Amino acid sequence: MGTIAIPEPNMDILARRQEIVQDLQKLVSGEGVISDPTELVPYETDAFTAYRRVPLAVVLPQTTEQVAAVLKYCNKAGVPVIPRGAGTSLSGGAIPQEDAIVIGVAKMSRVLDVNYSNRTATVQAGITNLNVSDHVGPDGFFYAPDPSSQLACTIAGNIGMNSGGAHCLKYGVTTNNLLGVKMVMLDGTVLDIGGEHLDAPGYDLLGLVCGSEGQIGIITEAVVRILPKPEGARPVLFGFETAESAGECVASIIAAGLVPVAMEFMDKLAIEICEAFAKAGYPMDVAALLIIEVEGSEAEMREQLGKIIEIARRHGVKTIKESQSAMEAAAIWKGRKSAFGATGRVADYICMDGTIPTGQLPYVLARMAQITDHYGLRVANVFHAGDGNLHPLILYDVNDPAERQKAEDAGNDILTLCVEVGGCLTGEHGVGIEKRDLMRVQFTEEDLRQQMLVRAVFDPAWQLNPAKVFPLDGRVSGQAA
Amino acid sequence: MSDLTPASEAELVSMVQQAMSDATPLFVRGNGTRSGLGRTVQSATTLSTSNLSGITLLEPAEMVFSAKAGTPVSVVEAALAEHGQALTFEPMDHRRLYGTDKEPTIGAVAAGNISGPRRIISGAARDSLIGVRFVNGKGELIKNGGRVMKNVTGLDLVKLLSGSWGTLGILSEVTFKVLPKPIHSATLQFSNLADDKAIAALCEAMKSQFEASGAAHLPAGLDGDQAKTLIRLEGFETQLRYRLDQMAKYLSEFGKAEEIAEAESAVLWQGIRDCGPLAEPTDHAVWKISVAPTKGADFMARFASTHDTRYFFDWSGGLIWVAIDPQTHADAGASALRKLLAETGGHATLMRGPADLRSRIEVFHPQPAAVMRITSQIKNTFDPQNIFNPGFMYSGV
Repeated sequence: MGTIAIPEPNMDILARRQEIVQDLQKLVSGEGVISDPTELVPYETDAFTAYRRVPLAVVLPQTTEQVAAVLKYCNKAGVPVIPRGAGTSLSGGAIPQEDAIVIGVAKMSRVLDVNYSNRTATVQAGITNLNVSDHVGPDGFFYAPDPSSQLACTIAGNIGMNSGGAHCLKYGVTTNNLLGVKMVMLDGTVLDIGGEHLDAPGYDLLGLVCGSEGQIGIITEAVVRILPKPEGARPVLFGFETAESAGECVASIIAAGLVPVAMEFMDKLAIEICEAFAKAGYPMDVAALLIIEVEGSEAEMREQLGKIIEIARRHGVKTIKESQSAMEAAAIWKGRKSAFGATGRVADYICMDGTIPTGQLPYVLARMAQITDHYGLRVANVFHAGDGNLHPLILYDVNDPAERQKAEDAGNDILTLCVEVGGCLTGEHGVGIEKRDLMRVQFTEEDLRQQMLVRAVFDPAWQLNPAKVFPLDGRVSGQAA
Repeated sequence: MSDLTPASEAELVSMVQQAMSDATPLFVRGNGTRSGLGRTVQSATTLSTSNLSGITLLEPAEMVFSAKAGTPVSVVEAALAEHGQALTFEPMDHRRLYGTDKEPTIGAVAAGNISGPRRIISGAARDSLIGVRFVNGKGELIKNGGRVMKNVTGLDLVKLLSGSWGTLGILSEVTFKVLPKPIHSATLQFSNLADDKAIAALCEAMKSQFEASGAAHLPAGLDGDQAKTLIRLEGFETQLRYRLDQMAKYLSEFGKAEEIAEAESAVLWQGIRDCGPLAEPTDHAVWKISVAPTKGADFMARFASTHDTRYFFDWSGGLIWVAIDPQTHADAGASALRKLLAETGGHATLMRGPADLRSRIEVFHPQPAAVMRITSQIKNTFDPQNIFNPGFMYSGV
């Protein structure tokens, strides 16, 4: 077993299991309540699969009113609640505990309204990220944040984790593309925050909700920004003989005033793994690969690419390969976006998500190699180079407890390194349980206390996703509202 | 009236601790260029961040800078311009509106979430603000966010601080992400369009692929006799040429577009940014109203049918600046505006108005009871003694 603590279940709640399930069935009828032990198993973890706990029950409401009724009930009954989208969290954000009810929003997945003139879509929060883009795609629009799990992950989960993706260099992360939410608070109060207009009055609760990891409420609807698709988009592969020269090339591109819509980095191991899976035509004889995407009209793309190629040449680029068709472009992205899944075919892994100032890239790459060498582990590096968001995948064998411990230790060392060079523990995956115990590396007690006091306004007794984000010791409770 | 001007974070901390133990309310400000905004604050002591000044981090290759809160915006912009970069959200300069002098500070831009016309394409100040250091009402120095553009570590207090107007904490240092400055820009002008038609044109422009960075409409009589519908485009030389041609063609149903070249276009948008067309007469109240763009024209037609106003639209029709004479309309139209907004969705802030007006009506848009309760509780976690700008935004907040 790993070293991350999950609180022992409250025996009183476990003893009331039958009664609680019956009560929930009255609130959400039919197949909306799952309590059969075998049917609960799929909900025991998320994409941070090293940790598992089977919840007391799972509720899958279909309306905001049902969510409100269930939360109100759980609040009164003192039962912990774990909000869940599609369960794709890489940081354990949706991992339950035995005495908790999971409230999943996946059944609320409809598009409620699209307004192209306002460039907004109003959706139920259980819709998948990709379905938003697919829905408006035929009309020439898209939803910009594109996490690699976009086929499965929900808008609710994206809001919870403030998810990013490969294209945030130009378009920003979820918080920059969210205009409004309908949120249910623990006591059942339904809040409408923001809407199709900009910049809600008063304190920026929308900004607070985004990235709050299911700790202050459950989102049931969202108004998101949709954007017109660019005239064209073209990913280009740049192969380098050293990781350092690839890193320096990225910094030079930005310094030259160019902002490609995406700049993705893969090291040799990642290239091998992804190419074997996706047959994307990645060059195999290089130490590092950059996928740089430009967009706009043909002339704009030409001009931008011309400048980027010139810079890449100055940094000794070995191979340049432009996608010649939409199919090739899709294959290039398929390879990159399936990096995690493809790695999972080769070995068990934990995926890190630290961010660093991009100027530190060459140093951090070298130090990370030292760290994983020290533990005798292999690491595949994929990351969003333009914004300094690293995703080292540390490979290990989940059935070897000693190796698993080493992998966790190596991960902690890497995240500590990210903070040391001026970065953060997490760029887009969230803290969850994975980085919870490292929060003091980045924050002082006062920093954490202020965050916890704000959290307590919404959940004074720590019932909403309670074992996440903040270290289990030293927690601050609030007064009841 | 005494003034505090801390010269260091440590000094700021000790001044706040002193104010806390004396229960002295502090009127928090930068250089005071926005004096005249907010509910009237009863406070004998002003704390200005003007002496906390200077850029502390400038990394053009990472598109990021940090500056102490009192650093003038002009200093920041000049430093960024040396590297061909700029604040993407085009912060409004309120001096014209309030008739103030001195230099607006970068801390106030963060604290007020102050944006300009580019907000529709680049997001607001809060979208570019990625890190803060501030002192809360307990005299604790707190940091949140960071200097990397993606950070989701813990609760996002950066967003809470942005737009809190000094009521939650006194910012000591702010970190923004930036972007390359547009190399060239120019404006397409359509003339003589009625409000509804004009906003339809602006919305069409925003739906196109040519990345309009400004979309405003000045009704007839505001800046000349003709109504002007303005769409700003940017890019390197050939790109801009292409976008101007394509956009003019794309919007041909709205008439023939006239091109306004770079220098004149820059002056024009600066005026729109700073609410120039409504700055005079100075005794008129000025509202800033945010609605969904498609609702802007109808909303304004309804309000103007019962009120004598002058107004213009920015943000594709979603931002409406409204000037009204408080001599003619005693509440400056507040109750009518807010009643209409309850139907339309959106909000209205009284940006300028005489002190007695600001003490009679809610300056910031009233919030539903549940949101107001949360607002007060959040305030209480940052500033339990209510010493920062007490009552500036709402009663007790």
